Amino acid sequence: MRLRVYVTLKKDVLDPQGSAIKNSLHNIGFKSVRAVRQGKIFELNINENDENKCLTETEEMCKKLLANLTIEDFKIEIAE
Amino acid sequence: MKAAVIVFPGSNCDRDIKIALNKFKIKTIMVWHNDTYLPKVDLVVLPGGFSYGDYLRCGSIASKSKIMSEVIKHAEKKKLVLGICNGFQILVESGLLPGILMRNSNLKFICKNVYVKVVNNKTPFTSITKQNEILKIPIAHNEGNYFIDKKNLKKLTTNKQIILQYCNQRGLINKESNPNGSLMNIAGIANPTFNIFGLMPHPERASDALLGGDNGKFIFNSLLNHARN
Repeated sequence: MRLRVYVTLKKDVLDPQGSAIKNSLHNIGFKSVRAVRQGKIFELNINENDENKCLTETEEMCKKLLANLTIEDFKIEIAE
Repeated sequence: MKAAVIVFPGSNCDRDIKIALNKFKIKTIMVWHNDTYLPKVDLVVLPGGFSYGDYLRCGSIASKSKIMSEVIKHAEKKKLVLGICNGFQILVESGLLPGILMRNSNLKFICKNVYVKVVNNKTPFTSITKQNEILKIPIAHNEGNYFIDKKNLKKLTTNKQIILQYCNQRGLINKESNPNGSLMNIAGIANPTFNIFGLMPHPERASDALLGGDNGKFIFNSLLNHARN
């Protein structure tokens, strides 16, 4: 089963990379951009067909390694 | 006193810290990250470098390596653990210290001498310094911007776990003397029982006058002082 994990910075955490990207977008003419937040996507191919098992296991992966819950939130979705 | 330096793929300050420890007559064993046996030592050092190429988040993959479960057991026995730079990042990723080290706020790798103030000298790592002593020690990092949520920051301050803060030459802790955007100018913290210490500055790079300064020797002399008592 294929899953997609989105890891994003929590709302109150500053994102200097996002601000730099926003400034760059302004420089090339996209003046309407108010804010940019940068995140990560992981595509996982898991050797398991039970949807619930996959979701539970991926949640554990996020908590233990893929995300750092001090500053990041995660979202899991089934890719197929 | 005996120390073990853990070597991860991408560590690059492992031999520097060994030379510094040896200079202060601390016997040192190098231990490979994939080992499952940690020799009996008083101190474990997680050295600086770029373990696993800083993939995912700095220190995150190293914090899950085989030897780390032994390092955690060593720490749980209230024995000493020191993490320098990437070692500090590994300590926060392993949960041995709270918070996280994020990308420098100016998005630049910073390599320069900075001043830090010892705001808690009652730890095994700072016992020979004076309270509020100012030290000149180099930093060299891209992710040294310490962050922690408000609730846990309060715990850090109440327990006096903040050990080093960036300051200017006169000891003033302000925005101008903060090189990387670190919360409250934090440069080094300890756990509540003060046997685990993580810091971004490199004391081993300031452990001999030939290196341009020897203010980093405070840590080695403090450890020896702690071992004597």
